[in-house]
Amino acid sequence: MAKFKKKSNTSQDIPTAALPDIIFMLLFFFMVTTVLRESTIMVKQSIPKATQLRKLEQKKLVSYMYVGKPNDVNKFGAEPKIQANDAFIEIDGIIQFIEEEKGKLAENEKDQITISIKVDDETKMGIVADIQEKMRDVNARKLMYAASRRSEE
Amino acid sequence: MARSGRKLPEINSSSMADIAFLLLIFFLVTTTIATDKGLTLTLPPKADPNQPPPDITKNQRNIFKILVNSSDRILIEDEPVTDLTGLRNQVKEFVLNFGKVDEESMTLYNTLPASLKALAKQSDISSDNPTEAVISFKADRGTSYDIYIGILDELQGAYYEIYGDRVGLTADEFRALDRKKPDDMELYSKARDGFPMNISIAEPTKIGGN
Repeated sequence: MAKFKKKSNTSQDIPTAALPDIIFMLLFFFMVTTVLRESTIMVKQSIPKATQLRKLEQKKLVSYMYVGKPNDVNKFGAEPKIQANDAFIEIDGIIQFIEEEKGKLAENEKDQITISIKVDDETKMGIVADIQEKMRDVNARKLMYAASRRSEE
Repeated sequence: MARSGRKLPEINSSSMADIAFLLLIFFLVTTTIATDKGLTLTLPPKADPNQPPPDITKNQRNIFKILVNSSDRILIEDEPVTDLTGLRNQVKEFVLNFGKVDEESMTLYNTLPASLKALAKQSDISSDNPTEAVISFKADRGTSYDIYIGILDELQGAYYEIYGDRVGLTADEFRALDRKKPDDMELYSKARDGFPMNISIAEPTKIGGN
């Protein structure tokens, strides 16, 4: 039988001096990747699941609209509403909202504006169709239905 | 100086890791990883009110009809269905039917890989060729958004699978192609050449809903 050396002279301690550095590195990673939400969402948001998702290519061209039942049903009623930035807007306000968002972009990018609509899955199609109609009116034709990933069976 | 003999004052830094951990956990909890993903779609341009709507001269066989009513019942090619499991394959078979044998469609047909050629049934009652084939999808204002997204997902899935197969990628890899990179762009245009994604989403009917 071979003999094993029972003890070596090297120290058995794992040096932990670099631990804070590792943690800080993780911390910075999360700080950098975190996107703090700019607006509080005031509608119910349970995003539908889909498989054929694509990523948005240019984030600065994207504006968001949230559609769903208001969280505060007593104040705003139970009908689905549209939220853009921090306020509820009516169907007729969509044109103004998109024009404002277009105003923030450079001249050659104005037609490339993408509207990402985050619609609660209990909503009916009517309100979504109205949004699409208004988007066509102002020639903002790129649309994304936000969805989360469903794993394919 | 008299200082030389003294010990240097030290800040006890053993709790540094704990502080960092605390911050880390705070950010972990508050982070909502941006969900900028979804189904993309380009809407058709606004119809000119001065022009009459164009006449539809397409043959019935070139149109694959999907209707959904306000109680979420689905009609695919005039057949009521209860789930969407077969839809993707139906769409693929419809698009790749190649019913009309002419030079143009045969050139396109010959560029396809064997896996897609196998789907070409050349039936008289299905589409002439992929360029002509149109998927018509019509919902109602009372249709659930969930069902709408589910169907749109299957339709786009069918096309992405075809595109992927043409260039030897999976549908996932095809969707991940970055159109800003020349190599990826080349694959992208090669895959889509002759195969427009003809998904026509009609304005919803107003029978149900608000």
